[in-house]
Amino acid sequence: MNLNFWIIQTFNGISYGALLFLLGSGLSLIFGVMRIVNLSHGSYFMLGGYVALTVIWTTGSWALAIPAAALTIAVVGLVMERLFLRSDGFESVRNALIAIGIAVLISLAIGGWRTFAEVNWMQFIPVAAVAAIAVFFLLGRISVIAIEADPLRQVLLTVGFAFLFQQAALDIWTGNNFDINPPPALTQSIVIGGVYLPLYRAFMIAVALVIGLMLWLVMEKTRMGAAVRATVDDAQMARGVGVDTSRVSMFIFALGAFLAALGGVIGGAFLGIYPGLDFEILPLAFAVVIIGGMGSLGGAAIGALIVGLADNFGKALFPEISYFTLYAPMALILAVKPTGLFGRE
Amino acid sequence: MVSQTTKIMIVVAALAALAIIVPNTNSFVILLATRALAFAILVMSLDILLGYTGLASLGQAAYLGVGAYMTAILATKYQFGLGYDFWLVVVFGILGGAALAAVFGLLAIRASGTYFLMITLALGQCVWGLAYRWNSLTGGDNGINLRQRPKFGIDLANEVTFFYLVFAFFAVSLLAMYVLVRSPFGRSLTGIREQELRMKILGYNTWLHKYIAFIIAGGFGGLSGVLWAHTAGIVSPENVVLTTSVDALLMAVLGGAGTLVGGVIGSFIVFGLREYLSTLVPWWQYVLGGVYVLTILYLPSGLMGIPERIRQRRLASSNKAADSKKLAAAS
Amino acid sequence: MTGNLLRRLKTVLLGGALAVGATATSAQQQEELRIGFLAPTTGIFAQIGKDMVDGFQMYLDEVKGDFGGVKVRLIVEDEQGKPDTAVTKVRKLILQDKVHMFVGGLLASTGYALAPESTSNKTVYVVSVAAADDLTQRDLPKYPYLIRTSWTSSQPHHPFGQWACEQGYKKIVAIGADYAFGYEVVGGFQRGFEACGGQIVQKIWPPLGTKDFGPYIPTIKADADAIFSLMVGPMALQFPKQLAAAGNKKPVLGGGTSYDEFVLPAMGDEVIGHVSPLQYSAALDTPKNAAFVKAYRTKYGKVPSYYSESNYTSAQMIHEVMKANKGKFPGPEAFVKQLNALKVDTIRGPVVIDEMRNPVQNIYIKKVEKKKMFGYEKDELWNTVIKTYPNVNQFGQFKKDEFLATPVYDRNYPPCKHC
Repeated sequence: MNLNFWIIQTFNGISYGALLFLLGSGLSLIFGVMRIVNLSHGSYFMLGGYVALTVIWTTGSWALAIPAAALTIAVVGLVMERLFLRSDGFESVRNALIAIGIAVLISLAIGGWRTFAEVNWMQFIPVAAVAAIAVFFLLGRISVIAIEADPLRQVLLTVGFAFLFQQAALDIWTGNNFDINPPPALTQSIVIGGVYLPLYRAFMIAVALVIGLMLWLVMEKTRMGAAVRATVDDAQMARGVGVDTSRVSMFIFALGAFLAALGGVIGGAFLGIYPGLDFEILPLAFAVVIIGGMGSLGGAAIGALIVGLADNFGKALFPEISYFTLYAPMALILAVKPTGLFGRE
Repeated sequence: MVSQTTKIMIVVAALAALAIIVPNTNSFVILLATRALAFAILVMSLDILLGYTGLASLGQAAYLGVGAYMTAILATKYQFGLGYDFWLVVVFGILGGAALAAVFGLLAIRASGTYFLMITLALGQCVWGLAYRWNSLTGGDNGINLRQRPKFGIDLANEVTFFYLVFAFFAVSLLAMYVLVRSPFGRSLTGIREQELRMKILGYNTWLHKYIAFIIAGGFGGLSGVLWAHTAGIVSPENVVLTTSVDALLMAVLGGAGTLVGGVIGSFIVFGLREYLSTLVPWWQYVLGGVYVLTILYLPSGLMGIPERIRQRRLASSNKAADSKKLAAAS
Repeated sequence: MTGNLLRRLKTVLLGGALAVGATATSAQQQEELRIGFLAPTTGIFAQIGKDMVDGFQMYLDEVKGDFGGVKVRLIVEDEQGKPDTAVTKVRKLILQDKVHMFVGGLLASTGYALAPESTSNKTVYVVSVAAADDLTQRDLPKYPYLIRTSWTSSQPHHPFGQWACEQGYKKIVAIGADYAFGYEVVGGFQRGFEACGGQIVQKIWPPLGTKDFGPYIPTIKADADAIFSLMVGPMALQFPKQLAAAGNKKPVLGGGTSYDEFVLPAMGDEVIGHVSPLQYSAALDTPKNAAFVKAYRTKYGKVPSYYSESNYTSAQMIHEVMKANKGKFPGPEAFVKQLNALKVDTIRGPVVIDEMRNPVQNIYIKKVEKKKMFGYEKDELWNTVIKTYPNVNQFGQFKKDEFLATPVYDRNYPPCKHC
């Protein structure tokens, strides 16, 4: 346990924290603005990695994969928010989407097909079409009970989506374990005084710093940022002074998904991308948000740093209770200050 | 509205039917029903918090874990609880769950709403962390295999006998929880759910009420853990992982929160989908996710709320014309 | 109001209806050989699960699903890499599908959980992957219907420890996945290595499924001559990469699954030169294996892993027994007995099963090399066989009775005397 050990472990902890910041900051903002505990946030992380893989396989470009994946998942988040979490104005689109989903399952069941590979499309399409139309009209007759006012239902809805995303990822990308390979230049190590510091980890820290800075600028210097801050503080008041909170929540949800997917692409290089990654990473994202305080960007940064370091040193020094060393302080902080270190009530 | 007596009659008839039909099916169905019943105790305990007190806990699996690990550790390390002393283990399990809840409750009860959700999640993860990494006690990732079930006059290795035992525990738990929520104490819990401030003003110690409800729920959670350990035959960190807590919550909401039996229905449906449908089709998870999404969107009061929904619909049908006009204007 | 009543009743009785349907299907039993197959087809080990199923299915396809005159019905269940799911699924296979035998189970912990089910239901369990030592060692008398066609975790690592001594390594750090399989692999290596004078100077146990080795790599003792790692699933991919990025210069040895072909094609060049032992290598240069690799690759688009080979061979062995019985299942006791007496020339080499119902087979010491093989055009990573220990049994260089008198390998056994 010499000095080098401490330097490397600290460096590792910070770089892990950098990754968690990407994941946690979006979750924190979503909570702050919408009061939604988004349990599909881990799915965005995983899906981001998968989409990046597809981009890399088709274009061969890692640099292109990063924005492409993050934007794709931002759209997924946007659609989810507009159609399901806020139900105004898009009922028919939502009903159509649900109808198609149900119709696909009905035709799979009727045809007795176990996978899409077995499907006889000539039979599948007409059955699905008829079913979709029938379900669509049926749904039109059932009224949805507004979900905005009910945080618990919103949370559970995001879990439902997490399950759907999980199965969809398995169907699209199979169950194989993949790995995102960054350009060779980033896989080197820099040696400082006999200490090897993997360049990729330094890159993660840099990305988190840049993103953090940009987020801070957006929040502090733009109109949208001001609207977001106002909504976090008091949504009702913000609406009162003319902030379009519906637009704010749309923006924030897409941004949160964007950041999580970005984390997935970046983190995919040293965590790998595989089924089950979503629910593995989710509790860590929560740890970040809970410790830092929900709805606070600075809190997310501090929280990510604490979790990254606690996780790293816990595993290295107290392997038998390593996860306990992570979650117990979290519970204690919450017990003393339920809104987290930097959260506002 | 169906009268309370009729409701009770229906539940009793359904349970009687369950007790008669299940043992006459094939043993895999008996196994599934046993699992669903053991888990249903946990879901009902959660419903006391969720449906009657208004506290959505995301860490309920922790109490199942305590009961299950206690049973497994006592049985494998000390050969305890495999004879008549099984009943002591049941008591220990209940006390263990309640004790853990008493500790966690001190930390959690102060919070409400989403914060309560988060803090219970954190506490649940603490238990998971210990189960996962405290190898010398819990066996870590390997879990603990229970190689035999208790034997005392009756041999619980027999699946039908064991089903009846779990069924009996389940029925007693249901009855106890039903009595609890109908008692004056239970009524004040509902009062707290609806109007906490008002209850405070009326002089109720709302914190204490919630705390006691939390401990009682923990106790039932511990009981379900004891049964679960012998049902599954293996106890592993999988039993206390976040998704298990989420499952319990979803089952309660699926069936209908604040109804107790709703959670039981939810438990049967989810076990049916997950462990039965999954043997038939590989895309079962779409069905599970879809059921959740649709229930939450269209049936906020769960399956038990369907009759109510239909009645409201009949009432509302006269206003429908006006509604559809409004819709047209919005889109 | 009766409408409401009925609806409620219906919901409650749904479970019952399901049950009746289930009984109906299990009543239809025809003359067929029903084989239950447990593999993780979803979750973190889904890829391995696919290799397992593909291997078995490939053999079935080759013989057109016919084992000595009887049609085989293969029922695959997803055990999700979780022991308790495996137990539920195996009960479904036994109680509802009435299978004659079940095959598979990935993790050692799953094997330990499945074995008692075979005993209590008097159903044959052909252990085609799960390598848990004690199934065919100290616990064997408890499992009369269990027989293994794969390996014990420690089997390849006893000779590998010896081999490490021969390379002149004196001090080795072991880092292994923290669960039964990891303990047994590291334990086997330690016993082999220390029996010839080597020293294990440190043991590190990252949890199963670790991806970020950042916390563990810096703790590796600097004065060790080499590193012995045992990785499973996605861990295998990340560890060598992160080890290289952390500036490691020590030679790296791996446990059986660390460089298996299920993960090798996805690995980078940093693994070239790493050495590991197993009873199979896709680069095994025999005509039989060359044909197998080519056929498998054409069919499934990838090189077979040991998981593929082991299940292919298991199918072959079951076929042999059924052939001898002219397609009639001889009952569980006789089946196990006959399978035990089998002597088969398999893809991996000659295999016989010892009296403790575990294979005696060649152990190959394999070195990762980048080269062309079997006429494929591209340079690829292959596990070149550099040494063969023929006919190794599960006790290796040790005496059976002395071996069985010591406890099963565990986190703390053999004790780390030189840590």
